[in-house]
Amino acid sequence: MTTEILISNLDYYPGRRIVRHLGMVQGNTVRAKHVGKDLLASLKNIVGGELTGYTELLQESRSEATSRLLQAAQSIGANAVLNVRYQTTSIAQGAAEIMAYGTAVVLE
Amino acid sequence: MDLILLLTLLCVGYIFGRIAESRHYRSIIEREKKYADILLFAAKRAPPEMTGVDAVLVSGSAVISSDYFKWFVAGLRKIFGGRFRVYETLLDRARRESILRLKQQTRELGGNAIFNVKFESFNVTMGARGGIAAIEILAYGTALIPQRTV
Repeated sequence: MTTEILISNLDYYPGRRIVRHLGMVQGNTVRAKHVGKDLLASLKNIVGGELTGYTELLQESRSEATSRLLQAAQSIGANAVLNVRYQTTSIAQGAAEIMAYGTAVVLE
Repeated sequence: MDLILLLTLLCVGYIFGRIAESRHYRSIIEREKKYADILLFAAKRAPPEMTGVDAVLVSGSAVISSDYFKWFVAGLRKIFGGRFRVYETLLDRARRESILRLKQQTRELGGNAIFNVKFESFNVTMGARGGIAAIEILAYGTALIPQRTV
């Protein structure tokens, strides 16, 4: 389980001292859109509004990338990941890469 | 025939787009009042007097699509350049919606301050260039949650 790893995008952890820096860790995922969802979304495009299917898809991918980040942090013995950032890149028509990266540290 | 289709799509886009937009804005304004006590900070460091807190990464996002009418107007606008008013509201809605989701998550965790808030936008427009614009705005930051005293 990776739930005990703390994650934040601050560069320190309030009230706790950083004992050791373990370098950068990252997690990524490449996801493509579902054809059915794409079709629904293109209909939704005419009337506008939120494309819930895409919001969910990107959220799912982001949590996937985050969990890979946490796995990477755990495997090197960190108990927290600080200064986490997200990045999204479109790599092909209908496919996107989501990357999460941060600094793995050991907090006292 | 093509003209009829175009006009129909324009009307549908205009009417439903307007309805959806005003409904969305009403809901945004309402929720903004509800979460007004949760403060967002772009600062990286919390004031030192804030102690006894847990830091939790929170994020909120929303994909908002343009409608056919907006897309058409924007297409005409492109010829002359200038301000794309129709798309400004689109981004505004997406950004405010993502902030609200960020705040909602923070409220659920019991916090009332979010630090180091960052925004990211991602274009999810379908079809090749020139498709109907849709944009994702992601807002994330660190919520400081007062520790529960057991």
